[in-house]
Amino acid sequence: MIDVKDLTKTFGSLTVLDHVSNHIDKGECVVVIGPSGSGKSTFLRCLNMLEIPTSGEILFDGVSMTDPKTDLNRMRQKMGMVFQHFNLFPNMTILRNITLAPIRTGLLSKEEAEKNARALLARVGLEDKADAYPAQLSGGQKQRIAIVRALCMQPEVLLFDEPTSALDPEMVGEVLDVMKKLARDGMTMVVVTHEMGFAREVAHRVVFLDEGKLQEEGTPQEIFGNPKNERLRSFLAKVL
Amino acid sequence: MEQFEAWSQLLKSGETVSSFQRFYVYFYQAFIYKDRWMQYLQGVLTTLYVTALALLLGVVLGVLVSVVRTAHDQQRLGHRNPILGILNILFKIYVTVIRGTPMMVQLLIMGFVVFSSSKNFALVGALTLGINSGAYQAEIIRGGLMSVDAGQNEAGRSLGLTYMDTMRFIIIPQAIKAILPSLGNEFIVLLKDTSLISVIGGKELLYAARGIVSRTYEAMYPFLGTAAIYLVLVLIFTWLLGRFERRLRESDRR
Repeated sequence: MIDVKDLTKTFGSLTVLDHVSNHIDKGECVVVIGPSGSGKSTFLRCLNMLEIPTSGEILFDGVSMTDPKTDLNRMRQKMGMVFQHFNLFPNMTILRNITLAPIRTGLLSKEEAEKNARALLARVGLEDKADAYPAQLSGGQKQRIAIVRALCMQPEVLLFDEPTSALDPEMVGEVLDVMKKLARDGMTMVVVTHEMGFAREVAHRVVFLDEGKLQEEGTPQEIFGNPKNERLRSFLAKVL
Repeated sequence: MEQFEAWSQLLKSGETVSSFQRFYVYFYQAFIYKDRWMQYLQGVLTTLYVTALALLLGVVLGVLVSVVRTAHDQQRLGHRNPILGILNILFKIYVTVIRGTPMMVQLLIMGFVVFSSSKNFALVGALTLGINSGAYQAEIIRGGLMSVDAGQNEAGRSLGLTYMDTMRFIIIPQAIKAILPSLGNEFIVLLKDTSLISVIGGKELLYAARGIVSRTYEAMYPFLGTAAIYLVLVLIFTWLLGRFERRLRESDRR
C-alpha cells in the first residue's frame, strides 16, 4: 500500500533520514521505534508529505506522493494522521472538528458526516461530547476525538505520531485501547511510539530507526526477543 | 431664542454678565442657533460613512496582503510560486510606503494630486484612509496568522483540506481572536483619523465644527463638543468590539 524508496531528508547540513526504504502492506500495523532524534517522526511526516523529502520516492496506492503534479490534497484524504499534541481545532465544537473535512472535501453530505461522526464518537465512548469544545476535554479525550476526526475521512491508512507522549499516564490506556481495537479491525496503521508494550502486543512488524537509518526490522518477537543490531540492543536495554 | 438674543446683546455691549448667561449664549450659538446641531449631525453621519467605507477597504486589503505574504513565506523551498513572489514584493512596497509617510501627506496627495478634479471629498478621504489602514491591518493580521500554532495548519492539511479552506475555517478565525484587541485599537485610530479629511474638504464632524468657529469667533464650545462626540462614538465602538470578543471567546469556556 505504501512504498518508501530511498527516502532521504536533510535539514541544512543535518541528515535526519538516510536512504530509508520500506513497504507497508494493507491491514498491517507497523510500529516505528527509536531514540529521540532518530528521525522516526520525520519518517512518518514524509509519508503524507507534511515534510518534503530531500530525495527518494513515496508511492501510495501506486501514486507517487513526491511527484509535484500529484494532487496532495486528494491523496491526504486517504491518509489520516494523529498528532502528539492532538491539534484539535479550538474554535470549533467537537462535532464540527470531526465533520469539517469530510464536508468540505465533498466526501460526505452534512447529514451523513454528522451521523457518521456520532457513530464513531459512540465507538470511543464520547458520544456526549459532540457539542463540547476541545478546551473542555481531558488529554485522553482529545486524542480519542483526534482519532475519530481522522477516521471520519474513511482513510485507508492511519499515521500516529507519538499519540500518547503528551498524555498523563492514567490517560495513556484509553487511547491505546482505541488504537488496539482499530488494529484488530484491520486498519492499516503506522505508529511512532515509545509504548513498547503496545508494539509488542499489537504490531505486526516493528521498525527500529537510529541516526536516520533503518537499523533493524522484524516481528515483535524478533525485535524484542532476539535483537541483532547493537544499537537496538542498547536502546532496548534503556527503555525496557 | 429671545433669551439668547437679549443676553447675546448684553455680552456684545461689554456689560457684566453672569457665568451662566455667558455659558448659555456660547452654548446656544455653538449648537442651537440656526439649527447648527444639524451641521454636527451631518458631520457625524459623514464621519461614520467614511469610517465604514475605510474600515471595509482596510480589512479587505489587510486580509489580502497578510494572507498573500504569509502564503509566500510558508512556501516550501524549491516550490516557489512566481505570482506569489511578485505580489509579495508589491505588497511589501505598499506597506513600506504607506507606513513610511504621514497620513496627512497621503491625504493631501490623494486630494490635490491624484484626485484633484474630484469633488467627492468624503469618498477620496475614505479611499485614502482605507488604503492607509490596510497597511497597518496587514501587519497586525500577519502577526496573528503567524501566532497560530503550526500544528493547526498541519492538522487541516493532513485531513486533505486545501490551503484556502485551512486558512478560512481554522487559521483565520483563531488569528482574529488573538488580534482583536490590536485590531480594535486600529479601528479606533481610523475612526478618529477621519477628522483629518477636513483638510481636503471632506465635510465630516470637525469640518462642521470649524465652520461654526469661523462664523461665531468662539472656539471652545464647538471643539469641546466635537471632542465629546468623538468620545461617545469611540465608546460605542469599543462596546461593540467587546461584545464581538465575548462571542469569539465562547469556545474558551470550560
